[in-house]
Amino acid sequence: MLRIPAEMKRKKYWKETLEAYLYLLPAFVILGMFSFYPVVKSVIISFYDWHLLRKEQYFVGLENYQKLLSDKTFLMAISNTFRYVVGFVPISICLSLIIAVLLNNKIKGRGLLRLAYFLPWVTSSVAISMVWRWIYNQHYGLLNMALAELAQFVNKLVELATLGNVAQIWEFTNINWLMEPRWTIINVVIISVWKSIGYYVVIFLAGLQNVPTELYEAAEVDGATAWQSFWRITLPLISPTTFFISIIAIIGAFKLFTEIYVLYTGNPGPLSSGLTIVYYVYRNAFQRYRMGYASAAAYILFAIIFVFTLIQMYASRRRVHYEG
Amino acid sequence: MARYEMLAEDQQWRYRLSHFIKRFFLYAVLIGGALIMITPFVWMLSSSLKAPHEISLKYIKWLPESPQWQNYKIAWEAAPFAMYFKNSFFIATVCMLIEVTFSSLAAYAFAKMNFFGKNVLFVLFLGTMMIPGEVMLIPNYMTMVNFGWIDTYYALIVPWTVSVFSIFLLRQFFMSIPHELFEAAVLDGCSKFRYLLTVMLPLSKPALATVMLFKFIGSWNAFLWVLIMTNTPRMRTIPVGLTYFVSDVGAQYNYLMAASTFAMAPILILFLLLQKQFIQGIARTGLKG
Repeated sequence: MLRIPAEMKRKKYWKETLEAYLYLLPAFVILGMFSFYPVVKSVIISFYDWHLLRKEQYFVGLENYQKLLSDKTFLMAISNTFRYVVGFVPISICLSLIIAVLLNNKIKGRGLLRLAYFLPWVTSSVAISMVWRWIYNQHYGLLNMALAELAQFVNKLVELATLGNVAQIWEFTNINWLMEPRWTIINVVIISVWKSIGYYVVIFLAGLQNVPTELYEAAEVDGATAWQSFWRITLPLISPTTFFISIIAIIGAFKLFTEIYVLYTGNPGPLSSGLTIVYYVYRNAFQRYRMGYASAAAYILFAIIFVFTLIQMYASRRRVHYEG
Repeated sequence: MARYEMLAEDQQWRYRLSHFIKRFFLYAVLIGGALIMITPFVWMLSSSLKAPHEISLKYIKWLPESPQWQNYKIAWEAAPFAMYFKNSFFIATVCMLIEVTFSSLAAYAFAKMNFFGKNVLFVLFLGTMMIPGEVMLIPNYMTMVNFGWIDTYYALIVPWTVSVFSIFLLRQFFMSIPHELFEAAVLDGCSKFRYLLTVMLPLSKPALATVMLFKFIGSWNAFLWVLIMTNTPRMRTIPVGLTYFVSDVGAQYNYLMAASTFAMAPILILFLLLQKQFIQGIARTGLKG
């Protein structure tokens, strides 16, 4: 083997470094301008009373943060966002896990079924939220009409079963989905669960593919039921996938904006019941030009997401089993 | 199925029955779920072809009496949709092409070269994935104002030409290509750049296709950024144009549904053509966690 002198080696290393930097330059410049710089800059802005349409800006220290934490509207935005996260994350993960486990069987038309579940994910949130706006319509919306038919069916069934003694157990009147504040978060949870489970199903399926089939066979020989193998084999072995999905689901959920904006045509819902943190940032920054205040709100969002990710990582250390 | 043969005849029968019931429920749940997933699309199509009086029926009617194809024409002409489409296509295509170029270059350096500060840079790059884009929104908006880029294609393209996610995905793929190949080529006097062009990229077609698809679709569907970057219809893309269209036509849902249909049609067609590529790409990213 040829010996390369240390100096030549070092020269080669620096030559390669120079070359590598050339390859990295375009990405670095763009990231620098639109990711690294803004991350730092928005911290600075958040310490200022910064109005976009004003010449000079005033340093106010932590005042923006203090104001935010006593701002009732912002606290409501946080609570709305949390209610959405608490609804969306578990439902979407459970549903997609169930569907993925079922799809993982040997079945005909698997590709087609997977496609049906996945389809909503690629469509634009704007176009699809508009479709849902129509579905939620109080008088002519599909949802109310379908529920009315379901109610009629149930009533008829009960009437038959009780030989006409009970006539109506479910009196359905059209629900005003888009006007009543209590439905706002539920509406959006339905839309986003519908939109995102296909994506999670695909990732779960990939995870399930990694579970060795011998394990199931061994379990079956030992007399385990399908239910037991699910809890004892499937769930522990796909826990890295579940962990990954729960992280992206939570991060995505905290950033809810578009669905609300479109569903309520540029409003945060009745009585601001759909005002989320990002919506609050958007409103303060781009409708009121209070950049400092909005930046502080954005950083609080980041802090919340960060804490949640940390908690999950900590929890996963005990619960997630990585192989090897 | 060795176990099956060992069972007595009545046990076999019972086994078959329970198997049949299980299968039945399996298909029932999966097909039922799939139908629910598809329903909003079907309802959208059906509504888009209805006459005004059919839109305001108080019972479910799936098929319009006679499909009103002119709804599409009316919706198309009610707003400058041709321009929105042109903008969306242009922005998505340019973003995609520049992004795949920049990402391949960066991913190649990370995958195949040894250089000073490699790990630090890589962590720095990955770190940006942790930070929600909303945090960067305000300074980026101010940068755009300073550059005088508001309401220009630059604002809609330039900030989106690099994605750390793509760099990461491509790097993983590049690393899976045997390193001996690289060493042999370099020893034979092949320049690193030529190796990238003639060996790496052709071998990485699936990963490149995934990255490009993600970018095209992401760019086509992008909303918040385009909303704050555009003041005039001239620069609007389909999703933003659509929201303005809503405030124009109000409750005429047959036109709204027609517009929604043609707004999502290009992506749906693209996806249906390339779905294998796409789904495999997602599965691959999920695996790496």
